[in-house]
Amino acid sequence: MEEIKQAMALYKKVLVAGCGTCVTVCWAGGEKEVGILASQLRLARSAEGSEIVTLEAIVERQCEKEMVAELKDKVTEVEAVLSLACGSGVQVMAELFEDKPVFPAVNTTFIGMPEKEGLWVEMCGACGDCFLDRTGGICPIVRCAKGLLNGPCGGTRKGGKCEIDPDKDCAWVLVYRRLEKQGRLDLMRQYYTPKNFRAVKRPGRVQATKA
Amino acid sequence: MNGRIIAFCCEHSAYPAADLAGKLGLHYPETLRIIRVPCAGRVDVIHMLRALEKGASAVLVLGCEDGACHHITGNIRARERVKHCDMLLREIGIDGRPVVMFNLSPNAPHKFVKAANEITKIIKESREAR
Repeated sequence: MEEIKQAMALYKKVLVAGCGTCVTVCWAGGEKEVGILASQLRLARSAEGSEIVTLEAIVERQCEKEMVAELKDKVTEVEAVLSLACGSGVQVMAELFEDKPVFPAVNTTFIGMPEKEGLWVEMCGACGDCFLDRTGGICPIVRCAKGLLNGPCGGTRKGGKCEIDPDKDCAWVLVYRRLEKQGRLDLMRQYYTPKNFRAVKRPGRVQATKA
Repeated sequence: MNGRIIAFCCEHSAYPAADLAGKLGLHYPETLRIIRVPCAGRVDVIHMLRALEKGASAVLVLGCEDGACHHITGNIRARERVKHCDMLLREIGIDGRPVVMFNLSPNAPHKFVKAANEITKIIKESREAR
């Protein structure tokens, strides 16, 4: 919560966006949790003697662009988005609304997925210590071939492609472009110390504490 | 803050108790505002938070005695939710605005008054401590 409070400190009007699917089922980011988190933010802010306006929204599935696109009007109104979706939902939100900073409100720890049919692209490594707030909503841990926290490496090809696979985008070029759009390039200059990849002990197991 | 205490009263216990307190002419703090609910188990965390957001100094959740809940486990759920709400408040560093649960039976007007006085005392103490 402290992390969320600090991330929101700069903003006066934010959208708290939940997701109606997986995170609702695991009591982390559904309608109820959106209401509670928004209320906590308002209470915390008023205790500090200032104010924060929160819009609240739930989309059926925050990992689907069509569904997230419905939030356009609300996102236009706010300065930043606080997403209670999994890392995948946060990234879809960040991709659709590139000019707004999107902050993760949950630390996605592991993702269960349907086993067959179709093709999915990995967006979130479920590392348990979300990094998306510093990278403009693009996860370098899985989208960079080397999983670099301080990129790009020296191997970026012309056109922003990866040296390991020319068909793939260099995640750090994407991060740079996204942050540039948001005027937050100072984040690129920061040095991030190695991450604790043991935040989640595998296999993941979460015991809900909500009453 | 408007100094009010919001009391969510179960209509099977605390509400009749409050009614009886009125009939007997018992005094309780004038800052108390009663909200009648079908069961203490109906009161959700968000209701308690909203009450505080709107300026209440404290929230009381009053339900049936253990084992006597009209809806079997409503009072147990309510207690858990009060505990959860308390944890959420501590998380954002808000203290001195208590959320407390009391159990009482419909024929216990004195206990209703005692609960109201007790929470008033808690608020007063925490204000003085600051």
